[in-house]
Amino acid sequence: MFWRVAFSIAASQLTHRRRQTVVSVLGVALGVGFFIGVSSIMSGSEKDFVDRLVNSAPHITVKDEFRDPAKQPVFIRFPKAAVKLENVKPREYLRGIKNYGEKVDELSQRPGYVAEAALTGQAIVRYANKDMSASLIGIDPEKEKLLTRVAEDMREGRLERLRTASDGIVIGSGMSTRLSLKLGDLASVVSPAGQVKRMKVVGIFHTGNLMLDYGQIYMLLKDAQVLLDKPFIANQLRIKVPDPNAAEGIAAALEARWGYRSESWQEVNRDILGLFIIRNAIMYSIVSAIMIVASFGIFNIISTVVLEKRRDIAILMSMGFREADIQYIFLMQGFIVGVLGMLMGWAIGWGILAILGQVEFTVPGMADRQGFVLDKSFQQWAIGGVFSLVAAIGAAWIPARKASQVHPVDIIRGAV
Amino acid sequence: MTGAARPEEGVLVEARHVTRILDLAVPVRLVHDIELKVESGEFVTITGPSGSGKSSLLYLLGLLDVPSEGEVLIGGKTTAGLSSNELAALRLSRLGFVFQFHFLLPEFSVLHNVMLPMQRLGRLSERELTERGMALLDRLGIADQAEKMPDQLSGGQRQRVAIARSLGNDPHIILADEPTGNLDTKNSEVVRDIFRRLAEEEGRTIIAVTHEPAFAEAAMRNVHLVDGEIVSDTRHPD
Repeated sequence: MFWRVAFSIAASQLTHRRRQTVVSVLGVALGVGFFIGVSSIMSGSEKDFVDRLVNSAPHITVKDEFRDPAKQPVFIRFPKAAVKLENVKPREYLRGIKNYGEKVDELSQRPGYVAEAALTGQAIVRYANKDMSASLIGIDPEKEKLLTRVAEDMREGRLERLRTASDGIVIGSGMSTRLSLKLGDLASVVSPAGQVKRMKVVGIFHTGNLMLDYGQIYMLLKDAQVLLDKPFIANQLRIKVPDPNAAEGIAAALEARWGYRSESWQEVNRDILGLFIIRNAIMYSIVSAIMIVASFGIFNIISTVVLEKRRDIAILMSMGFREADIQYIFLMQGFIVGVLGMLMGWAIGWGILAILGQVEFTVPGMADRQGFVLDKSFQQWAIGGVFSLVAAIGAAWIPARKASQVHPVDIIRGAV
Repeated sequence: MTGAARPEEGVLVEARHVTRILDLAVPVRLVHDIELKVESGEFVTITGPSGSGKSSLLYLLGLLDVPSEGEVLIGGKTTAGLSSNELAALRLSRLGFVFQFHFLLPEFSVLHNVMLPMQRLGRLSERELTERGMALLDRLGIADQAEKMPDQLSGGQRQRVAIARSLGNDPHIILADEPTGNLDTKNSEVVRDIFRRLAEEEGRTIIAVTHEPAFAEAAMRNVHLVDGEIVSDTRHPD
């Protein structure tokens, strides 16, 4: 087995320059270790965030709005003409999604879909002489449970009790604290339409998101319709689809069909998803920079060894080692440094993850202290390993080629 | 145990009109129009003043260098036009080199150095390699040094290790470039004897460059070079 001969020669030359080898290995290892640490934070937080987006909100929201105002007849008739209309007033039409019941039924029949009609609006919650404004949403508890995480976020009571209690509401933990409003208390809910309802708190949720905890209330759709004075009207269709990644296309299809503005979760969060791409690009540039610096170290040590070992190379060639054998020996040295760097890098990465796992901090807008969400999947380790091997073998390539081009006669003559 | 070379009959190494010109700014002619036939089992020395091209001729015969004109034949087959890999394969299996400087790899033990060419050829198992390496060292009287590192050995011992290494793959042809050049009289004598025994007892063909008259006299035949050309080719009557 030739590789064993090559390995023994390569390894002996590396151990001969132990200190330089250790430095090169460390360079690679730090690159791999930091990559694992940074990328597991990055990808962990990205996955966590996307997870939240996908699970805590409907994948598609159809609203009773239109993306573009209806075209005036004159523009349709003369598409290329220069026409100026003055004092055009937007048309007043009855808000709400037409035939929402039919639409919900149709969507619900598609396999894997969950669809719910909802009515949103503003209200003021009044209790013990204190007021708080709130966004209210009228929902169907059974479906809301499948669409969002509010049922899991319940701290007291249950979302389903909206159904059994008459005039029940579910409020957030922030509102509960500020208004001293407890489970079972009766609060007054005042709508902009002038309706006032005495409603009973049947549940308190806590999401950690301050805006929701202080300002969101849930009630049954029919209660919301009464309160907002919009009988038989829903202004949102909230839809969950089987494959979240397909939501964008489905939303476009629904919008084309019904005309209502249909927003997928990707569209709503486009700016944030864009930031993730930039973030990943930054991370990979930094890691590449570290690896390039590390590969200079490898290039340096192997070049030195080649220069130092020209006599050994010449004698190996005179013995009958081929040029490719010599190249192989020095590429093997790069490979050894790469593998050692990879293993040590994995150890460093493991250590970094262990430390990061213990860090906690507070994010503005979130009530609870948080830790990093780390992605510990196999992928980071594999990418880090491939990075180190490519850098190491790539750096060994040039000196290895140079070694194979040594002309034994020149060296042997020179040595005498 | 050391595997005496099967005697191969006839002309083993042959140079036909070999010329080597170094292609520098001013071309340098190393050897010119060399005609030489070395028969199997011959012990030939190449002598000549320094700069006469004797080492250059040896490297050409040993396939370390390729002639500018003419051809070198090994075992009756031409080596002209062979790739560097084919030349390396021939060097590995049929030729053994001994240089003035021992050229042992400093990181490896004496035994491991001897085993390297055999390992490259890869015909023997690890155990057989070790046995053969030890047998070769024993043949050269340095078996007790096997586990030492080269820098713990004396000059004469190192040169014997180098000879043992050249015999690893049982080559028919041993090429030596001033093998006693760095040795004192006593060690020179030992090395000279080894070469004579390799030729006489084992039937190996030996071509050695030397400037020592005693070494040249120990050989069966002496080729004298001046200015890259053969001026005399004498056989000793034993």
